[in-house]
Order: sequence, then structure tokens, then C-alpha cells
Amino acid sequence: MEAKKTLTFAIMDAPFEQARSTTALRLIGIAVQRGHDVNVFAYEGAVGLTFSKQRIHANEIHGRNAEEENHPLPHRWIASLIKEASQNGTKLNWVNCGLCVDERGADDAIEGVRRGTPADFLAFAEHSDNTLVIPTR
Amino acid sequence: MSTYLLIESRDAFDSKDVAAYCDLAMQLTHGGHNVVLFLVQNGVFMARADAQTQLLQKAVSNGVVVLAEEFSLRERGVSLQGLAEGVECSPLDRVVEEMAKGVNVIWH
Repeated sequence: MEAKKTLTFAIMDAPFEQARSTTALRLIGIAVQRGHDVNVFAYEGAVGLTFSKQRIHANEIHGRNAEEENHPLPHRWIASLIKEASQNGTKLNWVNCGLCVDERGADDAIEGVRRGTPADFLAFAEHSDNTLVIPTR
Repeated sequence: MSTYLLIESRDAFDSKDVAAYCDLAMQLTHGGHNVVLFLVQNGVFMARADAQTQLLQKAVSNGVVVLAEEFSLRERGVSLQGLAEGVECSPLDRVVEEMAKGVNVIWH
């Protein structure tokens, strides 16, 4: 098993808009599964990923009810990663940029997520073994 | 001498920047560094054997290791048999592995 490291990710894309969001969550998930401590700084639209009021819906055009449509919700994915990290004895520190939260009214984040500032991202990067920034296009 | 993992997520047919990124990869190898060009999302389109671009062949012949992400290939219907010469398939885990080793990693 590889040695435990601390890895930081900075992400910026809003949910449901770009493949980058999915790839970012896959990378974060792999890092958690491999037993690393993970920091995530969510900037701009990415603060919407943890918005607790995302909800599933039916698809009337295709005749599927909400359960059948089974629409994936990023906040559920992230909540499961936070739980998995805790069960592994590692940490997934998820920080949403506070001003970005305010601008977007995305205050209601899931449990285990906190708001912060770019100073948190600097601190994450300074104390990490590596940092990956996934910018918007 | 350092190692660089350059992640390319963009389609070479959609963005001229991809050619510049491949040039960066080659400049780094010419500078004596180890470079892995990791194609993900639409970046894998240029990894097709019949793609009308020489970018990857040039990168491979200049010492760049070129990997195409397995899930991205599958999503886009690109078979392993249809990959250009010199391009290998890789799981996304490779990115986390390289990050854990402290490799310089950049997303494009």
C-alpha cells in the first residue's frame, strides 16, 4: 500500500455543466479510496457541488418517475466521500470559497463542508504533498 | 531533472491550444525532464489511430509518454485496438499515483 500523502485539489466548475466536475470528483474519490488525506478548495461555481438543496426529479418526456430517473446529485457523491474518508481514518477537508457562496446564495451546504477563503487554499497547498488546480476553460 | 504529468482534457480539433500544450511537453523533454501527457475527457479523441493529426506521433517520437484515460475512451467509443501507435491506455488512478509521488502536475 502506498504511503499516505496529503493531496489538494482546487476546482471551479459548477455542477451539471462540465465533464471537469465529474473527473474532479473521480480523482478526489480515488485519492480518498487510496487512503490519502484530501483537501478540496471549491471556488466560483464549484461551491454549488455541495449545495444541499439539489434534488432528484422525474423525466416525464421519457416516462420515468424520480426514482427510475435516478438523477445523480453531486452533494450525495461528496457526502459519501466524506463518510468514506472518516471510516478510513483519513480526512476529506472540503472548503467552499465564502464570497463565491455569498454571490451565488449557495449557503446550504451538506454537513462536513465549511466556508473559507483563498487563504485556506494557500494553507492547503503549503502543507500538501501535491496540489492540482482544475481551472475552467 | 523533474517529472511532469501534463493532463490534456481538450479536443485537439476544438482548441488550437492543444498543439501548444503538446509543444510544451516536447520542450520539457528536450530540457531533460520526464514527461507524461495524460489524455482525459475529449483529449482522448486525438488518440484514435485514424485521427487526422500528427500531434501525438510527434510527441511520442520526442520522448513524451502518452497515456489515454480508460473511462474517457470507453465513454467515447474508442476501442483499445483503435489507439494510435505509441499511445497506451491508463486508468485515472495514475494521476493520483503520480501526485502522491510529488510529480509536477498541470491540467489543461
